[in-house]
Order: sequence, then structure tokens, then C-alpha cells
Amino acid sequence: MPVDPLQYTPKITLEFKIGEKDFYMAGESASRTKRTLQQLGLNQEVIKRVAIIIYEAAMNVTIHATKGVLKILIDPNEIDVITEDEGPGIPDIDLAMQEGYSTAPYEVREMGFGAGMGLPNIKQNSDELHIETKVGVGTTVKAKVYLKEGGFTSA
Amino acid sequence: MKVRELVSTLNLEVLTKKSDLEREIKGGYVSDLLSDVIANMGESYVWVTIQRHINILGVAKLKDVAAIVIPRNLTVGEEVIERAEEENIPILRTEKGAFEIVGLIFNALKG
Repeated sequence: MPVDPLQYTPKITLEFKIGEKDFYMAGESASRTKRTLQQLGLNQEVIKRVAIIIYEAAMNVTIHATKGVLKILIDPNEIDVITEDEGPGIPDIDLAMQEGYSTAPYEVREMGFGAGMGLPNIKQNSDELHIETKVGVGTTVKAKVYLKEGGFTSA
Repeated sequence: MKVRELVSTLNLEVLTKKSDLEREIKGGYVSDLLSDVIANMGESYVWVTIQRHINILGVAKLKDVAAIVIPRNLTVGEEVIERAEEENIPILRTEKGAFEIVGLIFNALKG
């Protein structure tokens, strides 16, 4: 009988420290969260969206900031992906939201990162997106994915 | 089609000696932009790319790839191969360019 696993564990928090140019950790954080969500029996579509958000959010921190924390909060109604970083901040959020706009350094782009698809991908896959940023201080990104519409129908 | 069958059909070189070639391939994707791969590649796909740094394994793992295919006999570092073996991600290589190998993979999967 399918049960809602979160009925018994009201809230799960995953946390990862992301360092500068620590690309592997950024990828790992998405993979590990994905595994947790699969174990919880969330549906494939939700898992895919959350994985994309985590990957891109973590990449943004690792590419642009000096350090940061990635938190994933899972409760029965929603999943929050939050990154808080110490870094340059975003001077113009509208510009940063444009697909293809990037301030990533050349060597990062050459590796296939920093294509200006990060924030647009996050926006596309989240139900809510909040960005707080202060130039020269850092950025907090909060992306929310709702689970109400069948997040637990693992079929 | 299994990875092993693709390897023998297209005469691909297997760089990872210890990796599971019995995985079933569900499709293919070609891209060197990691954001594009993350957003658009399906799971259990073969991924053709010229990127060969260690971070492609993070992407590969996240998308649960069946195999990575490196074109033009490009060099893949020892560290990447070892890590791919640990993560059980097959890395295959061909002397053909990306355009040609993608066409051949497409036909092999279709046929």
C-alpha cells in the first residue's frame, strides 16, 4: 500500500557546503538529493525539476561566489532549494535572468559551464523563485517546487 | 539496445575497463553545454560530448547515463577514467567525429 513517507517525518533538511570552483560537489549535491527524493517515492517529474534547480543553483555559487551553503527543505507540501552565498552579488537581476547572459569567466565556459542558462533553468523548473542580492556581499536564491499536484504519485 | 551491443556494432573503444556494459540504452543526446544536458537529456541515454573534465561525471551520474561517448579519439585523463570506473559510468571512444558517430548511434538505436 503506498504511504506518504513524509507523514511520519514532517521535514527533511539536506545541507551541502559549496566552495569556490568546487564543481564536483555541486554535481554531487544534486545526485544525492535525487537519491533521497527517489527513496521518498516522489514522482519522476518533480525529482527531475528539483535536480535541475539544485544543479544550477549550486553551479552558480561555485562559479561566482567564494563560498556558500545549499539547503534543501522537504516537507509534505513543497520542496525548497535555497543557496546562500558570499560573493559578488547580482547588479542587474533582469539581465541575469536572460537566457545566454553570463558573467562566467572564460575558463569556466570552456568547460561547458556558465552558458547563461542557470537562472533561466531554475525559473523554468520552479513554482516560485525569490532572489535577494547585495552587490559585493552575496546572494540568496530560494526556489520552491509544490508537491500538491501528485508529488507523491510515484507511478 | 545494450551498451555492450553498441560497442560491438560501432567498434567503440571502452576506456573504462571496469564498468557495466549491460545497461539498456533508452536514447542519445549530443551537447557540450552542461546546463543544456542537465535540462534536456533523458535518463539512461548515451551522451556524446567533447568535454572530458571530471565534472562531466557529476552530470552523467545525475542523468544516470548509460554511457559517455568521446569522439575524435580525444584524450581522457587517468583521473577521469578512474573516477568513472568508481561511479560505474562507461566511457567509450571513437575515432569518428561527433556528427558521424551521432548518426551511427541514431541508426543503431533505431534499427
